Amino acid sequence: MGVLLFLVIVIAASIPLAWLFRATLVRTLPHDIAIVARDMPLTAAFGLLVIGVYVFVAVLAPVLAPFPERAVVGTQFQPWDSTHWLGTDRLGRDMLSRLIYGARNTVGIAFATTTLAFVVGSLLGIWAALRGGWLDQGLSRFVDALMAIPSLIFSLLLLTIFGTTVMTLILVIAAVDATRVYRIARSVAQGVVVMDYIEAARLRGEGNWYLIRREILPNALAPLVAEFGLRFCFVFLTISSLSFLGLGIQPPTADWGSMVRDNATLITFGNVTPLLPAGAIALLTVAVNFVVDWQLYRASGLKEQG
Amino acid sequence: MHAVLVMILQRLGLGVLTLFVVSLVIFGATELLPGDLASSLLGQSATPETVAALRRQMGLDQPAPVRYWAWLTGVLQGDFGVSLASRRPIADMMSARLGNTVFLALYAAAIAVPLSLILGVLAALWRNSLFDRVANAGALSAISFPEFFVAYILIFLLAQSGYFPSMVRLSPAMSLGDKLYVTFLPALTLTLVVTAHMMRMTRAAIINLMASPYIEMARLKGLSPLRIVLRHALPNALAPIINVIALNLAYLITGVVVVEVVFVYPGLGQLMVDSVSKRDIAVVQAIALIFASAYVLLNLTADVLSTLTNPRLMRRK
Amino acid sequence: MNDKTHHTGMTRRGLLKGATALGAAGLILPASYRAARAEPQKGGTFRIGLGHGNSTDGYDPGLWDNLYAQVFAASRHNQLIEVDAHGQLTPEIAESWESSDGKTWVFRIREGVSFHSGKDVTVEDVIASLNHHRGDEATSAIKQFFDPVTDIRADGQNVIVTLDAANGDFPYLMSDYHLAIMPGSDGKIDPNSTDGCGPYVVESYEPGVQASLTRNPDYWKSDRAHFDRVEILAILDSAARLNALMTGQVDLIDQIDPATIGMLEARGVANILSIPGNAHYVFPMDSRAAPFDDNNVRLALKYAIDRQQMVDTILGGHGAVSNDNPIGPANRYFYADMEPKEFDPDRARFYLREAGMDSLSVDLHVADAAFSGAVDAGALFAETAAQAGININLVREPNDGYWDNVWMQKPFVASYWGGRAVEDHMFTTGYATGASWNDSFWSNERFDELLVKARSEINEDLRREMYQEMQRIVSFEGSVIIPMNNNYVMATALNVATPERVSSNWNIDGFRAVERWWFT
Repeated sequence: MGVLLFLVIVIAASIPLAWLFRATLVRTLPHDIAIVARDMPLTAAFGLLVIGVYVFVAVLAPVLAPFPERAVVGTQFQPWDSTHWLGTDRLGRDMLSRLIYGARNTVGIAFATTTLAFVVGSLLGIWAALRGGWLDQGLSRFVDALMAIPSLIFSLLLLTIFGTTVMTLILVIAAVDATRVYRIARSVAQGVVVMDYIEAARLRGEGNWYLIRREILPNALAPLVAEFGLRFCFVFLTISSLSFLGLGIQPPTADWGSMVRDNATLITFGNVTPLLPAGAIALLTVAVNFVVDWQLYRASGLKEQG
Repeated sequence: MHAVLVMILQRLGLGVLTLFVVSLVIFGATELLPGDLASSLLGQSATPETVAALRRQMGLDQPAPVRYWAWLTGVLQGDFGVSLASRRPIADMMSARLGNTVFLALYAAAIAVPLSLILGVLAALWRNSLFDRVANAGALSAISFPEFFVAYILIFLLAQSGYFPSMVRLSPAMSLGDKLYVTFLPALTLTLVVTAHMMRMTRAAIINLMASPYIEMARLKGLSPLRIVLRHALPNALAPIINVIALNLAYLITGVVVVEVVFVYPGLGQLMVDSVSKRDIAVVQAIALIFASAYVLLNLTADVLSTLTNPRLMRRK
Repeated sequence: MNDKTHHTGMTRRGLLKGATALGAAGLILPASYRAARAEPQKGGTFRIGLGHGNSTDGYDPGLWDNLYAQVFAASRHNQLIEVDAHGQLTPEIAESWESSDGKTWVFRIREGVSFHSGKDVTVEDVIASLNHHRGDEATSAIKQFFDPVTDIRADGQNVIVTLDAANGDFPYLMSDYHLAIMPGSDGKIDPNSTDGCGPYVVESYEPGVQASLTRNPDYWKSDRAHFDRVEILAILDSAARLNALMTGQVDLIDQIDPATIGMLEARGVANILSIPGNAHYVFPMDSRAAPFDDNNVRLALKYAIDRQQMVDTILGGHGAVSNDNPIGPANRYFYADMEPKEFDPDRARFYLREAGMDSLSVDLHVADAAFSGAVDAGALFAETAAQAGININLVREPNDGYWDNVWMQKPFVASYWGGRAVEDHMFTTGYATGASWNDSFWSNERFDELLVKARSEINEDLRREMYQEMQRIVSFEGSVIIPMNNNYVMATALNVATPERVSSNWNIDGFRAVERWWFT
């Protein structure tokens, strides 16, 4: 019951916050952007606000965190008090500081991974659609085969082979994600490449790179952006699931996915500690997708007018 | 109809090719893993002599291509072989677990698919309403919790108070009702995990069509919004929805190892992870093939169904 | 997920005249257990949830390597010799054993014992069971312990084992859990059979899921095996195990996350059993590789670890501080008065300077496969070491392949020992020059010399002196950091009763809870 009440309070508080934030944006931003901001729905304003706060926290983590990321500053599982606002974790590290540093590491890793996956996946996908024929068939069949292997088990295999530094973690998850992006990008691009304007550009003698960049990508962007929103959040989940299977990020780095895993058993006893990092992930997921939804809506709206 | 048949045959052919590539990738990756079956069976007590003896006994001293070829010819004759770790026939090891995996997947899908369709349609119908927002945010929060964590929360809420068992213990003598009861929590966990994706796609696909002229026409005719969505928008929006459903069904079969671990559910995922860590390649390969076949077949079904719902797609192919 | 178990040790019993009883093994139980104690009652289905057991587990006794296999084996098999709750060797299928010179050992096989299949246990069965682990073609994990055995033969109701050199500890090998007595034919056992002469008969077994057994109606021990049925479940996830116990789906679980022991106790739905023994967690350093080849560096690291904090945090208090000593308080010659190593950053810095360094940076490779909490322990170590100017860079390795790829491969890792009941066995397997589990590749002349001398020393005081000097050498010159002795922690339902003493020899009452415990 308490949790429900808490949720209601949070939602009730976030509406005026989002409204205030939007009003501030409208006032402070230059005129042409302010127009866009004015038409922004409250959900999107809320999403932007949350993302802004996360980025702010991530960038200023060392300044904001009351304690260092990895320092043991108390005993195990201290309750919430005035020194340790959110108590301490299983080693006696300050939970709030870990959460704050977690924002930096988690969001950083998720962003790097997703960006990499999208750059590689969508470029290959569009390229395959553009060239067609042998290259398309070969690439697509290979990607099909990779996608037919359960992604968690495939990541497990790769990470066991290549080790679990942050770099390999990013590369492996990006590689697995890229196959999904490839498929979407290719199918969207296939619809685009048959258009007359592509044919016209080809006749003008434009190169592949130009076609991808100037003609196809802008027209295939919307579904890719939608996918980006979800994929971005799935990275946390993948890291969390991997740490469930004994892999995942290198300690003592604070990262939300692993923090959920490390403290998960506590929920068995009704202790809310693991809900904090899980909630942080959930809030970011919701926020990112609110913004994505708004962007999609704008994209389709603009298309209608044009 | 003929065109659909040709497409199915074509795709089945490609599917076999996919399976072949999968088996190569899995074999190669497992070979690259440090250590082999012999050393992992002996673990810390491995000495060079016993490892060598075990390798000889299991035929692991053969070069990799020879072992792959032996495995491939066996499979082509319908023989998955014997697990080297437990010395039991792989077909026996897998059959019960495959049944369990499929049962859980169907159970979860039976809840999740109707639920997400209804929620998606309603969200599209009442677009931008409070219901839409709450359903959206709720679904997004549900998928942003790791699976094992959703499972723990459900256990805390529903098992500790005694409503449902926290651990699934199946016996062959169980009635279907009992089976549904004991597997309710894992099925519910999976439902929460997959619903959001399908719901969002349903909503998006319908909304995407709501601006089309023919919907506008229907609206002008004064049809009720529900009727417009159900009779006019939904049928044309089915293709992407079917695709997402197929993708999620494939996930329910192949990707649920974490849920299996938490609920002690004897499915294929756990067997695969165990076999990977024991380097029992033949078992890993067999399960990978089953997973890959499930994936290929579900995708094929989705494509056929969406072609049937939208004949225009056929011409494009 | 995939724990490996170290080998059983051997106790030295009866041979060296004047040897006192082994040190206190086992545990005097808390009041909550004793209050419920009465004469053992028969009946009930005992359900055990273990954090081990894989779907790939096989039947071959030579390859049993996890707690699931061990408990399952103890439920259906007997061995020649049992280790009782006091750490003493007790006759099982061997009625008695003796040797005049320590080279030729005579085991007298009990008559009137039968396998579940009805066949009588014969001398030939015993020999076939032993030979399964012996010889060039053997693939058993304990093959090397049979290397000194030159011959095993039958002589009436006796089995005669001949060794190439005297070994007073040899009978201890016969209590090893791998050496189940199984029916043989043509001098070979069928390693895939579940037939045994133990307390319970296997009804069904699904590897990695569960085993169901019923009481062996013809069991020769009349005062054991109190449950009607036993079910052993593999529950790998620690939260799932806790939930299963709390919701009454199982009666006994192992491996409780130390962080949750206090909360579980507070619930009042379970009894916690915490059994101190010789088991210990270690951080071996490769003494051949720089910088660990300098004892000053090793000492610096030894003073840079906060042992009490480790016990409190990693073990949740269920253990004891160790002074880099592989010999535990349950051992006979345990050196309790050795000067302790408190966490002392200044002293660590001092040794660093002695080694000619201002600061030190090393990689520590860990995975929870080494012991549960190893990653956390590494993080704690890194924190305290930082205060002494030592930068420990924690490298988390995959659990999968840890023993192949990391342990004894990387220079600074985490590992664990089950502990040994006998000093000689501990030192011989883990610390003698060139020993196969000398995971620090450490070599010390004086230590090796003492090890050989102590083996045959008859004077009790002199032996004590020698073993204590060896403990000192390992502690202050050795290349392993041993911060703590861990207890075996289990939790049971409230209606489970145990004998007065629970064995510290192995987890789950020396694997034998199934035949020693009962329901009240």
